[in-house]
Amino acid sequence: MLDLIKHFFIALKQVFTGSRNYYIWIAFLGFWILLGLGTYMIQLKEGLIVTAMRDQVSWGFYLSNFTFLVGVAAAGVLLVIPAYIYNFKPIKEIVLFGEMLAITAISMCIMFIMADIGRPDRVWHLIPFIGTMNFPASLLAWDVLVLNGYLFLNLAVVLYVLYRIAHNKDYSMAVVRPLVIMSIPWAISIHTVTAFLYNGLPARPFWNASILAPRFLASAFAAGPAIMILLFQIIRKISPLEIDNKAINKIAELIAYALGFNLFLFGAEMFKEFYSGTVHMAPLQYMYFGLHGHNRLVPWMWMAFIFNLIAFALFLSTRARENPVTLNLACSLVIVGVYVEKGMGLVIPGFIPGALGEIYEYSPTNHELLIAIGIWALGALLYTLMLKFVIPVYTGELRFSDGMRVSAKVVSGQEEPALPEQGAGGMVPDQGS
Amino acid sequence: MTKYGKNTVRETKVSRRDLLKGAALSAAAAALPAADAKASVWEAFFQRHFQELNAREMEKVISRLEMEYAEKYGKEIKISTTKPLPGVLFGYGLDISRCIGCRRCVYACVEENNQSRDPQIHWITVLRFKKGDKWVSDMESADKYYNPDKVPEPGYFYMPTQCQQCENPPCVKVCPTQATWSEDDGIVVVDYNWCIGCRYCMAACPYGARHFNWMKPGLPAEEINTKTHYLGNRPRYSGVVEKCTFCIQRTRNEKGPYPACVEICPVGARKFGNLLDPKSEIRYCIENKRIFRLKEDLNTHPKFFYFFAT
Amino acid sequence: MRKFLSSAFAICLVIALTPAMAPGESSSAGEAIWRTEATDAGAKESGIPEFFVPPPPFSDGIFPCSDCHEDQEVNPERRVLEDMHEDIQIINHNEKERWCLDCHNPDNRDVLRLASGRLVSFEESYYLCGQCHGTIFRDWKAGIHGRRTGEWNGKKTYRLCVHCHNPHQPRFKPLAPQPPPVKPKNIK
Repeated sequence: MLDLIKHFFIALKQVFTGSRNYYIWIAFLGFWILLGLGTYMIQLKEGLIVTAMRDQVSWGFYLSNFTFLVGVAAAGVLLVIPAYIYNFKPIKEIVLFGEMLAITAISMCIMFIMADIGRPDRVWHLIPFIGTMNFPASLLAWDVLVLNGYLFLNLAVVLYVLYRIAHNKDYSMAVVRPLVIMSIPWAISIHTVTAFLYNGLPARPFWNASILAPRFLASAFAAGPAIMILLFQIIRKISPLEIDNKAINKIAELIAYALGFNLFLFGAEMFKEFYSGTVHMAPLQYMYFGLHGHNRLVPWMWMAFIFNLIAFALFLSTRARENPVTLNLACSLVIVGVYVEKGMGLVIPGFIPGALGEIYEYSPTNHELLIAIGIWALGALLYTLMLKFVIPVYTGELRFSDGMRVSAKVVSGQEEPALPEQGAGGMVPDQGS
Repeated sequence: MTKYGKNTVRETKVSRRDLLKGAALSAAAAALPAADAKASVWEAFFQRHFQELNAREMEKVISRLEMEYAEKYGKEIKISTTKPLPGVLFGYGLDISRCIGCRRCVYACVEENNQSRDPQIHWITVLRFKKGDKWVSDMESADKYYNPDKVPEPGYFYMPTQCQQCENPPCVKVCPTQATWSEDDGIVVVDYNWCIGCRYCMAACPYGARHFNWMKPGLPAEEINTKTHYLGNRPRYSGVVEKCTFCIQRTRNEKGPYPACVEICPVGARKFGNLLDPKSEIRYCIENKRIFRLKEDLNTHPKFFYFFAT
Repeated sequence: MRKFLSSAFAICLVIALTPAMAPGESSSAGEAIWRTEATDAGAKESGIPEFFVPPPPFSDGIFPCSDCHEDQEVNPERRVLEDMHEDIQIINHNEKERWCLDCHNPDNRDVLRLASGRLVSFEESYYLCGQCHGTIFRDWKAGIHGRRTGEWNGKKTYRLCVHCHNPHQPRFKPLAPQPPPVKPKNIK
């Protein structure tokens, strides 16, 4: 127990000391977090009236971000499969960072839900046994379960592996493998359940298409790993951690497949709606061509489509994939493309035209934007702090166990470039076990 | 509107003052479990689901709520918890060939059921359609903001909508906390003290019948209808969903007055009664008129029957 | 909610059976609806339910008609009224074929006269209207046509036809609608 407290303080110290750039970055995030928090307090006091959501469009920017982030969380599995199932070593070395991203994304999802609900004080009504969770009837109840389950699963893997490494011990695949194997269907399930959340509402024909869940997965497996590629390159740049180009190339290749499939599913949906031309085509018409003179989403949707198309072309070419400039361009395009397509482009058209045919053109207020930015900043902070602690552990510079060289020496990635024994230590697990 | 003048702030930018206020509030929130916090705050916080309350707890909850309302509105508000009448399943009929779109029902409902005046909440929406236009399956041509000098207008007809009290209610199915359910007399109700305000039910409702309190309801004390039902027209809170309950506080009685919308309708387009009573008006409609239900393709089985008397 | 399914089934059965009846008899289902406690013998026959109607909406000081008409001779000739009742015009009520004495009893103006010669009071004017508007009369008796207030499971107040339809110009008068809802972008 004492050890645990000591370790906690080591970690705390590690997280709180860093280079000037580190402090600037933290301060930058802190600024947006405080701004978001202040805005959230206003929202708590005034009510959701400070948002642009109304009875006609009752979900908006918060749920859009939530949906996108569930996809990011689920995409962690794209690293897990090659790492643990196919034992692809370059990815295995970084899979932990993918899992940490999943933890971050799920935490942000929970924050977006808390920002969205009208009575956050009553959220305990959702807790099984304590409240009256409507399981299995409500897909939202399912979502609460699978999202939290996924969070704990990833936390368990990350904490266990880190704990072992920090004590300079190999971690046991006998412990990790079942958790990891479980996380694969689980990752797919979180995004399927989130898709079903929308999908199961016949009142909203735009969502009530069985292609929705596959599209969710395909777009998630495109955008999530793209975020990882960008992050890995940043990590590689600002820390002593080495990330093999092979890992990045492999991920890029997987994105190409996912994105291609996503575009195919998109085409299938467009064909079905526009060729059959029933009244259910109205939301798509609103998105891509405007409906009865309302066309606020049109430029965004075309932009997203074109971005995805360009990104796909880039990801398809091996040369473009291997060139960092085009690779990063492609990643950015697909992130923005999917964020628009699956965020506002998914949630809003579900309500347009509304159940009674009304068209209310929603666009988020400053309150919504600030709260959302605050949550993103909080997510970035969470990931930064995790990295700040995990990277030195991973590279072998930070150790908890007694007698190790730098037990409490605080490591700052940027300022001490010449680090001994990069990538050594317990990083590569014992393959035999 | 000056009372809600903050929207100018909202539309431009969050002012520094608001942010400071927010920060102060967050500090206050952190200090929430203050020792002198009224016991009623915690009782309210820990109040159980309506259906889980036994008779004694129910009594306690009702007296606490009545006290809270008295404090808030400065007048006595009675909250009944009358249970469904045995052998009653409510049904509603609406004669489309009669409705003239005068919206008397909309405002009678607002007054009877203590809807927020500002921001405005209407449980009834009257849709106007052009004669001959696409209609039942395609609500896109509906207009609910029509405002001529006189109704009915030549060339148009009107179709009011409200909660259809579905037999198979999608809103109940999706509610993550079971805060909304279907009572034995067929009325779909909401426990305003259990709803977490996720608005999933609003996304699920094909009839736009559920409404959200986007802020504290603006309900002037002098306009309150003090005869209320727990599951019906008692004053609501910010952040919860509400909907038509067939005037549960009126109709669920041995001598039950018609819902307010039925009584006010100047053309008698609105019919109400017990579907299980073969002698009821609503049964007469079903048996003698051609009826249809809105969005039948969704299999929600509303107990709200549209018909054409002529 | 199984109850409803079974009742729905019963409804289907009834609907399936109704076409077998003559149209006039279709009130067999309706017949039971009338709460046949009306005191008037004639009402009892035709199954008028027990109901309460507000008094007929006479213009001020116009009733009883006998106050003026008692001493006057009956003039059965169709003509434009000039000295009195010149405000009464028949519009949209088959005006070409219509004349005051079709409905108003010439011998005692305080009552109305049906085609059969039977006299009915103004409180029972629905019989008069019902002579032509049979289907609507039937619906009205069933509580389907027209406004009513009261208890859904108890005493109800019906309106006479003339409460909503001026008998001389029966078309329902247009009303000023109440204000439209606030648009979502203006809800703040």
